[in-house]
Amino acid sequence: MFKEAAQLDHEIATPFVGGAPDQFATQALATKRASQDYTAATFMGWRRENGRVGVRNHVVLLPLDDLSNAACEAVANNVKGTMALPHAYGRLQFGEDLDLHFRTLIGIGSNPNVAAVVVIGIEDQWTNRVVEGIAKTGKPVCGFGIEGHGDIAIVAKASYQAKRFVQWATELQREECPIADLWVSTKCGESDTTTGLASCPTVGNMYDKLIPHGIYGVFGETSEITGAEHLCRERAASPDIADKWYTMWKAYQDDVIEAHKTDDLSDSQPTKGNIAGGLTTIEEKALGNLEKIGHECRFIDALQPAEAPAKGPGLYFMDTSSAAAECVTLMAAAGYVVHTFPTGQGNVIGNPIVPVIKITGNPRTVRTMGEHIDVDVSGVLSREMTIPQAGDALIDMVVRTANGRLTAAESLGHREFVMTKLYRSA
Amino acid sequence: MSSHAASGEGHRKPHLLAHSPQDNVAVAVIEGLSANTDAFGVITENDTTFAVHVRHDIPIGHKVALTDLKAGDTAIKYGQDIGKVIKDVAKGEHVHVHNVKTKRW
Repeated sequence: MFKEAAQLDHEIATPFVGGAPDQFATQALATKRASQDYTAATFMGWRRENGRVGVRNHVVLLPLDDLSNAACEAVANNVKGTMALPHAYGRLQFGEDLDLHFRTLIGIGSNPNVAAVVVIGIEDQWTNRVVEGIAKTGKPVCGFGIEGHGDIAIVAKASYQAKRFVQWATELQREECPIADLWVSTKCGESDTTTGLASCPTVGNMYDKLIPHGIYGVFGETSEITGAEHLCRERAASPDIADKWYTMWKAYQDDVIEAHKTDDLSDSQPTKGNIAGGLTTIEEKALGNLEKIGHECRFIDALQPAEAPAKGPGLYFMDTSSAAAECVTLMAAAGYVVHTFPTGQGNVIGNPIVPVIKITGNPRTVRTMGEHIDVDVSGVLSREMTIPQAGDALIDMVVRTANGRLTAAESLGHREFVMTKLYRSA
Repeated sequence: MSSHAASGEGHRKPHLLAHSPQDNVAVAVIEGLSANTDAFGVITENDTTFAVHVRHDIPIGHKVALTDLKAGDTAIKYGQDIGKVIKDVAKGEHVHVHNVKTKRW
């Protein structure tokens, strides 16, 4: 009996050994599964009013500003199946920073992973600006201003509306869509030397295979290309785009890094996690980072933060911070619906509206925090898996995720929604 | 250096991976690589193999010098400049923030 209890203790303490047990065990439907001939690959998504396709069906309570978080969270509590997206900003911003604030909020509301939106702001005018921006997609959206009414009255009105939206949205059906309807972003985090060897080239292989089939891709992390900028510049589709990209990269160096640095950034970039994982310099980190864009594709435009791509299918660059939640939020605001996130040491980030797929090549991370990992490519390090095989495994997981499989980050409740702020408010 | 099959019969898991034949550092890709190991490495770009006697305990993901490096030398990985060597490093020793620094910022 003592022995059995001890055995039970052991099982509770170590419910599984060796990382995520479900890595390759979750079988996708054969017909919907990405085959290695991606021409005919499809996924099941929601085609929205403007023709874009979402892979999630969220009804969102979107605060215009920090003051409206409480009301949005109250509505989300009242109406099941909705989600509030609290954030820290929206007051006394001006100029380019204000433009980015609106572009981000309108972009998030417009993302095809969102079925319908209730916007709540402290006052009507800026609230309506967000509502009108989202309404251009044709999706259901309405807004409420708190001033003159108070939180309680507004929460009541917004709750009635949110309930209507949820009941409408939950009857919408997924339909089969060509792989070309998928917009897939990438950004890595808590990188180490294994990301440059395995998980970043896995994403690069995915883009090399899927971009020719008409998907939209995007990479960013402007500061983390430092040391690989000469290679990145060569990957622009034309000299004009190369110049546009280089101007963005140089401006980040001059206006952000050089203007504010107090040392060589070696306490921040690489991060403490990067250094623990063996990355020594920004140059080394950047060279690994750039592996995410593969070897074949060329980027066809360099986007402002949260700017929607407008030159058709292909790979884009976006001028972003390298901080994970800021970058993924900006890419979500540009309309990307699935995010691929290589990690070495185990970044746990998610996003409220976009599924974030974690890929790691580090066997220690698979072992110690496997619950955060969706695709294990540690076989690349042991030379038991090739990069093309890893790319196929990732594409398979992208399609399964698009079809509805919750990512590790989604199932663990990671909803990091972080607005990028360019400078202090007025 | 000899040709190395990525998988199949007689597959041997590498201790170290380098990206390019030009690299003067390689990455430990197993846990528990200890000092005085005769390590087996593969260059991923061309699947050739190499051997190096590792002189320090190397945590997974950390780098080993593939040649003797002098202060002032450039550390090369991916066939590219990843920073300057600031202290002499012997072949087989641990390469990290204590002996290599960024040339940027």
